[in-house]
Amino acid sequence: MTRTLWLGLLLVALIAAPLAIYPVLLMSILCFVIFASSFNLLLGYAGLLCFGHAMFFGTAAYVAGYLLKTYGVSVEVALIAGTLLSAAMGYVVGIISVRRSGIQFAMITLAISQFVYFLLLQAEFTGGEDGMQRIPRSTLFGIFDVSDHMAFYYVTLTVAVLAVAFFYRVVHSPFGEILRAIRDNEPRVESLGFRPERYKILAMTLSAGLAGLAGALKAMVFQFATLTDVSWPISAEVILMTLLGGLGTLTGPMLGAGIVILMNDELAQFGEWALIAQGVILLLVIIFFRRGVVGELSALWRRLRPSPDQNQDRG
Amino acid sequence: MFDGISTQLLFGQVLIGLINGSFYAMLSLGLAIIFGLMSVVNFAHGAQYMLGAFIAWGLLNYLGVPYWGALFIAPVVVGAFGLVMERLILRPIQNLDHLYSLLATFAAVLIIEGLVRQEFGSTGLPYNSPLPGGVNLGFMFMPWYRLWVVVFSIVVCFGTYILIEHTKLGAYLRAANERPEIVESFGINVPRMISLTYAFGVGLAGLGGVLAAPIYQVSPSMGSNLMIVIFAVVVIGGMGSILGAILTGYLIGIVEGLTKVFYPEAANLVIFVIMIFALILRPNGLFSGKEGYK
Amino acid sequence: MPSDPQPILKVENLEAWYGESKALHGMNFDVREGELVTLIGRNGAGKTSTLRSIMGIVGNRTGSIQFRGKELIRKRTYQIAQEGIAYCPEERAIFASLSVAENMTLPPVLRPGGLSDKDLFEAFPNLHARRKSGGSKLSGGEQQMLAIARILRTGSRFILLDEPSEGLAPVIVKQIGTQILRLKEQGFTIVLVEQNLQFARLVADRHVVVENGQVVDTLTPEDLSADLDRVKTYLGV
Repeated sequence: MTRTLWLGLLLVALIAAPLAIYPVLLMSILCFVIFASSFNLLLGYAGLLCFGHAMFFGTAAYVAGYLLKTYGVSVEVALIAGTLLSAAMGYVVGIISVRRSGIQFAMITLAISQFVYFLLLQAEFTGGEDGMQRIPRSTLFGIFDVSDHMAFYYVTLTVAVLAVAFFYRVVHSPFGEILRAIRDNEPRVESLGFRPERYKILAMTLSAGLAGLAGALKAMVFQFATLTDVSWPISAEVILMTLLGGLGTLTGPMLGAGIVILMNDELAQFGEWALIAQGVILLLVIIFFRRGVVGELSALWRRLRPSPDQNQDRG
Repeated sequence: MFDGISTQLLFGQVLIGLINGSFYAMLSLGLAIIFGLMSVVNFAHGAQYMLGAFIAWGLLNYLGVPYWGALFIAPVVVGAFGLVMERLILRPIQNLDHLYSLLATFAAVLIIEGLVRQEFGSTGLPYNSPLPGGVNLGFMFMPWYRLWVVVFSIVVCFGTYILIEHTKLGAYLRAANERPEIVESFGINVPRMISLTYAFGVGLAGLGGVLAAPIYQVSPSMGSNLMIVIFAVVVIGGMGSILGAILTGYLIGIVEGLTKVFYPEAANLVIFVIMIFALILRPNGLFSGKEGYK
Repeated sequence: MPSDPQPILKVENLEAWYGESKALHGMNFDVREGELVTLIGRNGAGKTSTLRSIMGIVGNRTGSIQFRGKELIRKRTYQIAQEGIAYCPEERAIFASLSVAENMTLPPVLRPGGLSDKDLFEAFPNLHARRKSGGSKLSGGEQQMLAIARILRTGSRFILLDEPSEGLAPVIVKQIGTQILRLKEQGFTIVLVEQNLQFARLVADRHVVVENGQVVDTLTPEDLSADLDRVKTYLGV
């Protein structure tokens, strides 16, 4: 019961938030909440470290931007197109890389994302180094005008809520169970007659699709798409968000997205220190707090609660 | 010879490819040595290479130490830096999933690059060639310094290969690569060996940085872009394979140079295309027949 | 000599873990100078884990391991080896990427009394003949000989031997038995893990029976001969 209450309160807070906080900042956080969840699906639940997740994010941003600019498609069409294209990319990348062990998978996905980066750099439609500017926020369903920040905030919020609900459904489905089993003991899953590769490729596809959704949304929020969106620092940022918030926890990476975006916002005026701070935090999380903020808090919570739970936890 | 392509251009690009290949080979060699013993993918390798170049630059501009001094001092300093890194960030997580060490060394990249950029800015700093001039070979002009880089890197790479394959020290390394706990049960201080091996691999990266300083601009981002290419080289050559790393490094450099001649648009992409094909056709890497150093 | 009352190895309440799973539940036994003690027991009883715990090759261990009066429980594997304990693992661990000669000469000389390379190859002439081949090319028996030979280089006089007879033909087992007896004659102290009772019986002064990570009995060779049935239930054969 209390959980429903909390969720309700959170939703009310999110609906009211743009009254107090600059909507673009909020929308930016929401985009990264989706992006971080998509990354969490891979690393947290399937144990796959994709070091080039920005390729899905950035490509979808370009594609959505291109469709909006050139064909004036409506918002939902741009979102769906970005999502589907990234999902297809995720499927192909999955087929190429998923057979390799965890650490090589990370290196390969990073290399492929660099490949995508150079492709987009040379492609005509992306605007090369200049990027794609003045992407219009067209109408929703061809009817509703959502071009001002307030209106678009609610579009973003709706998309984010749907995306998180989808993520929740996936990790709590039998498919999600199998992914976790593969992460924990792949040979055993294989010996039970499953084919881990297929599940990993599907996870790549879903995750890339979600990342694409986040990217397409981002293109409309900021109304531009640039090479930064496909570059490795963005891949790094989503790794930091996920680890900082709590790998494999449902809400952790979303919280991590919020923290990192706000931190970048605060540190933007201090030049390189934003990047340095990211590195230091990532290092501290890896060495001392591998469960992340949410993971550590819930561990603390369990320790403070009466003992029966504790025993269960050990068993 | 080739329609519309001058031999000058062709050999020029092959030379540039060979130069790039020298760096690919030296860096992926260090990466392979470290990976072989520690199962750590040292993401900071590019940043350590960049540090080597900056130390050479600093030695020259602050202390007046010329290139030839830097060639010895910078790798030692970078190696010592590696020792500290190993102790502070790799040892605490050595028993965890190897993804953590990849991420930890990556975090180090953010810090190192950020600090250097904060101090020196993003634009490249010039470093004059210690060997100006060159020789006209008739079909092309060969700058002395580039010749030196190619020859020296070949000596370093194959010297290291011989050290690992044909000496007692290398035997320890190969054995510890297979079964570290058994080597340790003979009374050998394997933890120290791991530290020193990491320092050696990192020192190689630093040496690469010094060699690179007069050719490329000394800039904070010189390592991170190279790093991704090195990853592709290592994936193509087979993880942890010493000879595979060296040969693939030179080979990829030359292929890249040739691509610049025949299809310049694809020069940036060709390495990754080769990697993708290698992954599909040779799932275990070109040179890997079995686990371990080869 | 067995008459020496002071044990050189004294294991007390030794517990050991591999990650989450506990392998030893409080081992207690000791070994005297010059003695040859076997650890016998079923598969999974904790015999190999005992040797690995003494060498410090387990996840975590508690209790006490005293060797010549020094506590080893906090020491690292290489320090334990430097105290004078040599370990020959069950899988023999011959390095495939090293030649036979490299394998043979890999262990360092830790103290005087170690065999020189020349002595070693004289003692094991068949290994000398194959010194240039790769470690993985040797037969099982040759690998076992090599695994024992190389640790003699260190000069350690205390040897942990894990199932040297495993998987070998009877005639080879006999050769290995002869080698072990010769080591014993030369005054080496040996802890031998052994499933092969016939083999154990021939060489040992004492048998320590291990069950569920604990010592449940200690038998003399006479006990073993007199009460073979009881011993066989220990071994589950």
